[in-house]
Amino acid sequence: MIAYPKLKVEGVSKFYGDPSAPVVVVDHVDMRLADNEFVALVGASGCGKSTILSIVAGLQKEYQGVVLVDNKEVNGPGRDRGVVFQSYTLMPWLTALENVEFALRATGTPRKERKKLAMDYLALVGLDKFSERYPSQLSGGMKQRVAIARALSYHPKILLMDEPFGALDALTRRHMHELLTALWERHRMTVLFVTHDVEEAIFLSDRVLIMSNQPGRIKEEVVVDLPRPRTHDLLTTPVFTGLQQRVLTSIREESIKLAKLDGLA
Amino acid sequence: MAYAEKQAQSWKKGRSGFRMSVRMRNLVLALTSFTALIVIWMLITGTGAVRPLFLPGPPKVLATLYKTAMSGQLAADLWISLWRIMIAFAMSCVVAIPGGIMIGSYKTASALVQPVVDFIRYMPVVAFVPLSILWCGTGEWQKYVIIFVGTFFQQILMVQDCVKRVPKELVDVGRTLEMPEHQIMLRIVLPAAAPGIWDAMRTTLGWAWSWLVLAELVAANSGLGYRITVAQRYLQTDLIIGYVLLLGVLGLITDQLMRGAEKRMFAYLGAQ
Repeated sequence: MIAYPKLKVEGVSKFYGDPSAPVVVVDHVDMRLADNEFVALVGASGCGKSTILSIVAGLQKEYQGVVLVDNKEVNGPGRDRGVVFQSYTLMPWLTALENVEFALRATGTPRKERKKLAMDYLALVGLDKFSERYPSQLSGGMKQRVAIARALSYHPKILLMDEPFGALDALTRRHMHELLTALWERHRMTVLFVTHDVEEAIFLSDRVLIMSNQPGRIKEEVVVDLPRPRTHDLLTTPVFTGLQQRVLTSIREESIKLAKLDGLA
Repeated sequence: MAYAEKQAQSWKKGRSGFRMSVRMRNLVLALTSFTALIVIWMLITGTGAVRPLFLPGPPKVLATLYKTAMSGQLAADLWISLWRIMIAFAMSCVVAIPGGIMIGSYKTASALVQPVVDFIRYMPVVAFVPLSILWCGTGEWQKYVIIFVGTFFQQILMVQDCVKRVPKELVDVGRTLEMPEHQIMLRIVLPAAAPGIWDAMRTTLGWAWSWLVLAELVAANSGLGYRITVAQRYLQTDLIIGYVLLLGVLGLITDQLMRGAEKRMFAYLGAQ
């Protein structure tokens, strides 16, 4: 048990539909993330993992339970939590640099410092040479890198990532994993990373939380005790594949359960 | 690798070459249909099958247009019509854009305004003509009212639609940055909806031309529409046809101008 959690999620539930016959999406979820811990939340699609992330982000209005950052309850979205969304969320009318500056302006960085700071963050994700490009001129991976730079630029306490690489092709995704790992190893921070990609979850995180389906609960926790810095050589090691098998089996049980519910098996 | 690159290059070349030819082909096809139209027109009038009183030939129409232009009347008619459409269209946009943004963003505003707008939208603009004359006489305001009624109620709903189509996640970005509501409106929703809004303006400007001519046909003492009614009175079919063609060309030009501006303003969207 983590004594001083950076992020604490307590008894969070969420229903949809008619209160007399509610569809439970998330059911009494508890989570604790230590300071500078990288936690991945995995589960089959529709298990409510993205819902949890958006509750933590403050983008959901109606839910039960509490979310605490540094032991203070949060209501609504805030600058203490940076979010990287699954869909591309750069402003199409702004260049890569202006997109980062956009966040800096909104969070009150003085005008004079904005440009340099934004450039520094673009350099952090390796895109300083593409600062004048518009999103339409960037690849999917580049757009998500700008989105990461934007989310980091105003120093949130926690970074929330909702399947940020879900729309990318397999090769680009691997490249992004190495980039994000390297970035995180240099500048540690608390990250909650939602994904359905098990390899991604294990490779990036310190701990994987596996969710059950219908209702969405946290059914298992797997500690990823792999050395850092991590590179892609790790993927073929027995320890890694062992962990991967363990998580996959656990998720598979859920898909089978779901298939039974749907009358498929 | 080298092979693949070459392939890619030749493909690219081939494609851009293909594109050019498509454009050229379309231009040729468009010119062909226009030419065919003129040829048919010339044939019908040239053979004397139709009396020139009902349908004069292209040379006669052109000559009349030229004469009207030289006398200064065409410029005077054109100017007053352009002025009317500019004023009325601007008035409509000034109300419809903020209004559309409001009802596109707030459910309460939408519930309050949309039923009324929908209701008025289905009333035929033509039916407002007698009322507009009763209220405003035959002066400038009567033209503005007709153009406004015909344009505004369509515009506001189109703008609302553009605003509704702004991705929710873009707004969420603003919310996670704790941007105040009005900043989210001004700095996220408005620019995100802008390309769609501009397109709606372009479409509705086309309609506004029709309302302008309608207003000038029924009650005016100047403008392109007025000149057409006068021409009818004096059986100047050549002038009527000339002015109708002129109106078509004007519509085409304004549309092209707005498309050109669109390409410039929204170049960031890239080639689509």
